[in-house]
Amino acid sequence: MKRYSAFAIAREAMRHHTGWNRAWRDAQPKPKYDVIIVGAGGHGLATAYYLGKNFGITNVAILEKGWLGGGNTGRNTTIIRSNYLQDPSAAIYEKSRSLYETMSQDLNYNVMFSPRGLIMLAQTHHEVRGYQRTAHANALQGVSTEFISPARVKELVPIINIDGPRYPVLGGLYQARGGTARHDAVAWGYARACSDMGMDVIQQCEVTAVRTEGGKVTGVDTTRGPIDCDKLGGVVAGHSGHLCDMAGFRLPIESVALQALVSEPIKPCMDVVVMANTVHGYMSQSDKGEMVIGGGTDGYNNYTQRGSFHHIEETVRALIETFPMVSRLKMLRQWGGIVDVTGDRSPILSKTPVEGMFINCGWGTGGFKAIPGSGWAMAELMAKGHSPLTDEFSMHRFREGKFIDESVAAGVAH
Amino acid sequence: MLILTCPCCGVTGEETEFHAGGEAHLKRHGPGSTEDQFEEYLFMRENPKGVHFERWRHVYGCGKWFHAARSTTTLEVYGTYAAQTHEPPKDLRDTISKKVPGWTWREFQ
Repeated sequence: MKRYSAFAIAREAMRHHTGWNRAWRDAQPKPKYDVIIVGAGGHGLATAYYLGKNFGITNVAILEKGWLGGGNTGRNTTIIRSNYLQDPSAAIYEKSRSLYETMSQDLNYNVMFSPRGLIMLAQTHHEVRGYQRTAHANALQGVSTEFISPARVKELVPIINIDGPRYPVLGGLYQARGGTARHDAVAWGYARACSDMGMDVIQQCEVTAVRTEGGKVTGVDTTRGPIDCDKLGGVVAGHSGHLCDMAGFRLPIESVALQALVSEPIKPCMDVVVMANTVHGYMSQSDKGEMVIGGGTDGYNNYTQRGSFHHIEETVRALIETFPMVSRLKMLRQWGGIVDVTGDRSPILSKTPVEGMFINCGWGTGGFKAIPGSGWAMAELMAKGHSPLTDEFSMHRFREGKFIDESVAAGVAH
Repeated sequence: MLILTCPCCGVTGEETEFHAGGEAHLKRHGPGSTEDQFEEYLFMRENPKGVHFERWRHVYGCGKWFHAARSTTTLEVYGTYAAQTHEPPKDLRDTISKKVPGWTWREFQ
């Protein structure tokens, strides 16, 4: 792998940029691998990367039915934060956020991590109490957040209207090191690093069956032929239920559509991420100047990667009171992704009833922020059979009643 | 935008008039049932890529619950039927089998 650097740019500028290589090899499937990861999105690639980096397992294939990072990795609103209430969540999301801090250097790939600060607005008295509690919990967990006053919110976000008639801003939970990153670059950077370690990133290769023998996984059938493996990791987000169906067990997961939209690009006007969870809307401004707006999920199962129009309307209608200036903006484009939602709105990183098969799913509406931490923990789980970061996220926690109940604590738009 | 017909009052409306209520035909097992069965009832879901049966409520209409058969991959609504049943009616299943050849049916009882 040729390293990217200022010197490399200068060198290529001298010779008409003819020396840039492919970032990753276009690999053909081999008959057998030690580990197969299904799904070359952020989480799958991060899992493969940390298997190689932390555990020296490099005979790995990452199978992708479409193109690399073409699912939710390229469809989210790129928000990174770790201000969760429950200890297991705070541990894995804070691990993740801290890995984002040095990701560009680790991968030698600019992921444009921008710790610009993130505010979750408290717009009801219930939310004020909830976020004060979260701030206290975060202090105990070692996650740096603070509860700030409406005046401080206004100072950080001058375009905000803090005394709206329906949803006045009563305060906010502020995480100064939260922010955004370039979502595609995260997938591309991991893919490049995986390929460099000798792993095969195989695109256009859909898994059609999971083969087992005596309760143990032996390989997968794909649209590009059968491939054997010792261990199998399913990291396929919204399609996890479908994959586990092939392996013969069920998951406590439902797949629903989540939408986002961007406005036309405008001059810089907001340099923090603002989430308004009472009205189910959140907004940040991209480097291109577009206002990136995320909404809520549809209420019914859906695999079509598009959502209902009225959800977009509701999201924007709600944001207009808090951000009056967006009422004059035109929408540039809108898209949807399929998110996998569990009963307690927390992810599943777990062994499965099939020996040698592991599953990483259920990130629901907030998976992007967790990519490096999820990959780190999943790699440890797959290599060693357990990980302190994943112990609480077993798929069997539901029958035991050991929920990681973030559906109210996270307060994000579910 | 889904278009649903409420079998209780006969009104056809857009999805904003209704509210989705999750998977239909969940079986709640009685006393003496196993933990597996209770977990199935509370948390395990079909989540099929294809034909799905679900509960809907006509919230901005007659207020009654009913069932609908819908595709999760094309968003086509195959039909709606009364909630007072343990499985989808035969004529609806025939319609779906004709439209989705090869669809395998799960056990409803």
